[in-house]
Amino acid sequence: MTAVQNLAKPKGIPRRRGKLLIREYIAFYLFASPWLLGLLFFVLGPTIASLVLSMTDYPVIVAPKWIGLSNFVAMSHDDLVWQSLKVTSLYSLGAVPLGLIFAFLVALLMNQGVRGVRVYRTIYYLPAVITGVPVALVWMWVLNPDFGLVNNALRLIGIVGPKWLFSRVWVIPAFIVMSLWNIGAPMVIFLAGLQGIPVHLYEAAEIDGATAWVKFWNVTVPMMSPVILFNLVMGVIGSFQTFTPAFIMTNGGPANGSLFYGLFLYDNAFRWFKMGYASALAWLMFLIILVMTLLVFRLTNRWVYYGGSIQE
Amino acid sequence: MQESATAQSDSLPAPQEHILWWKRKSIGRRIRLVVATILILIGAFALMVPLAWMISTSLKADGEVFLVPIRWIPKKILWSNFPAAITFIPFLHYYLNSIKVAILVVLGAVLSASLVAFAFARLRVPGKNIMFVILLSTLMLPQEVTLVPVYLLFKTLGWLDSYRPLIVPYWFGGSAFYIFLLRQFFMTLPTELDDAAKIDGATLFDIYWRIVLPLSKPALATVAIFSFFDSWNDFRSPLIYLNTTDLYTIPMALRLYMSALANTHWNYLMAATLLSVIPPLVIFFTSQRYFVQGAVLTGLKG
Repeated sequence: MTAVQNLAKPKGIPRRRGKLLIREYIAFYLFASPWLLGLLFFVLGPTIASLVLSMTDYPVIVAPKWIGLSNFVAMSHDDLVWQSLKVTSLYSLGAVPLGLIFAFLVALLMNQGVRGVRVYRTIYYLPAVITGVPVALVWMWVLNPDFGLVNNALRLIGIVGPKWLFSRVWVIPAFIVMSLWNIGAPMVIFLAGLQGIPVHLYEAAEIDGATAWVKFWNVTVPMMSPVILFNLVMGVIGSFQTFTPAFIMTNGGPANGSLFYGLFLYDNAFRWFKMGYASALAWLMFLIILVMTLLVFRLTNRWVYYGGSIQE
Repeated sequence: MQESATAQSDSLPAPQEHILWWKRKSIGRRIRLVVATILILIGAFALMVPLAWMISTSLKADGEVFLVPIRWIPKKILWSNFPAAITFIPFLHYYLNSIKVAILVVLGAVLSASLVAFAFARLRVPGKNIMFVILLSTLMLPQEVTLVPVYLLFKTLGWLDSYRPLIVPYWFGGSAFYIFLLRQFFMTLPTELDDAAKIDGATLFDIYWRIVLPLSKPALATVAIFSFFDSWNDFRSPLIYLNTTDLYTIPMALRLYMSALANTHWNYLMAATLLSVIPPLVIFFTSQRYFVQGAVLTGLKG
């Protein structure tokens, strides 16, 4: 009994030790102060401010006016909100699974013991290095309907290529094709994950007479499932944040055919200076991402295997 | 368990077979390897074609750019496209702007993130775990949520149309990912060195500056590289915050080019694009291992 009490509450810390502890606390807060201040001024403060702003009408030049949930009601009637959600979802549905499948396949191939993996890994990762405006410009030219690389290649096999970025139907597929250029980052992550799967699991399966297919489904996939899930969630979040390529390549066109959610939000905030409405859009985006993340985790609980220790 | 272990070692010629375990498999396995290599090469080729296309276009004459079918190697290689592209707008000026911003961003990110990471890795304080969870959860918060209020904050401070909005956030820990990455690395350093230094009368700052930082060069390099890329490639922040053309960074300059040259001078535009990606490419090729480490850490431990 006394022992338990002693454990729970050490009898009065000696004065010197107490002083040292307090000095350590102070040191912690000093060292961590950049982040603590950053958290206050750039994260927590703005997050609360954004929530408050989302319930105001604020065109910047005059003071914000409290309008309660009107922004959210207006959003539900706003065709452009629905269009941007449609564009983003369609893109997400195409780009995320395709990207993951390709990245996973390449990682699997590289994990077969192929020689020169380091060189291939470099090549596949390279496009991820030059993100943003340069990539957008290169792909505008690659997808140029008349003189671009893709349609020139299609012409070789006798197909007249679509207008890609200038076609309301083909603009989203164009963005999806372009997104596949960036499979390097998830591929590197998958490869590291695959290399972390203990070999003895495969050997044990082989002894039980498992075929390559069975080993894949019963060892590789379960062991990789947390990594796959993480990349899936990040992919969906990334789709909602797509901005630079859409802004540069199409600016949402043609006829709002590529009005990505992130672009629409920017337009509201910094083109039309509807700060309140833009904040409401940001919160809707946050809620969608949150719900989807939770949903993905719930739905996949059954097949995601977290027991394995996956290391680099 | 015991049985399988012995069976295993019987079938293996040597115990160190992690990489070469396919070798014990015969022709079937080798065919699979060849097929895998071919598929990887096809993919690698497909990924490199747009880059080759960019380079090829950047060296062509005006008329050759619009030639159908494509002529990959220009009849006359026009190196003069590069000086032409640079002088069309003051490209070098924008280059220097970008470098200036990037240097200050990298300095801020490395210094502030390492200080915070040191606190999380080495110092004890009640509620530290909760703070760490908060740190990690800020990774999930989309930037769009804070976009408008942070803009209004900088506007109130009178910082619009200056580099401060692009740089200052990095001096406050930058991305939580940097802090997380450094903290993970600091945790692997043995604390015996700290203790020895303490006995010699070193302060906590000495330990951070003279022991932990010099031992953490790979992790610091990773953060430096990632923050450099974040800064160099950033387009939305300069778009929001910079009005004066003179202050533009490279992505903004490329946009100027685009509105001036697209559909007419793709050769100049691709030359400028190529020039803009040289610093990232050079850094990538000289410090690849840090990339892979960083990328893996985001994905596996995140």
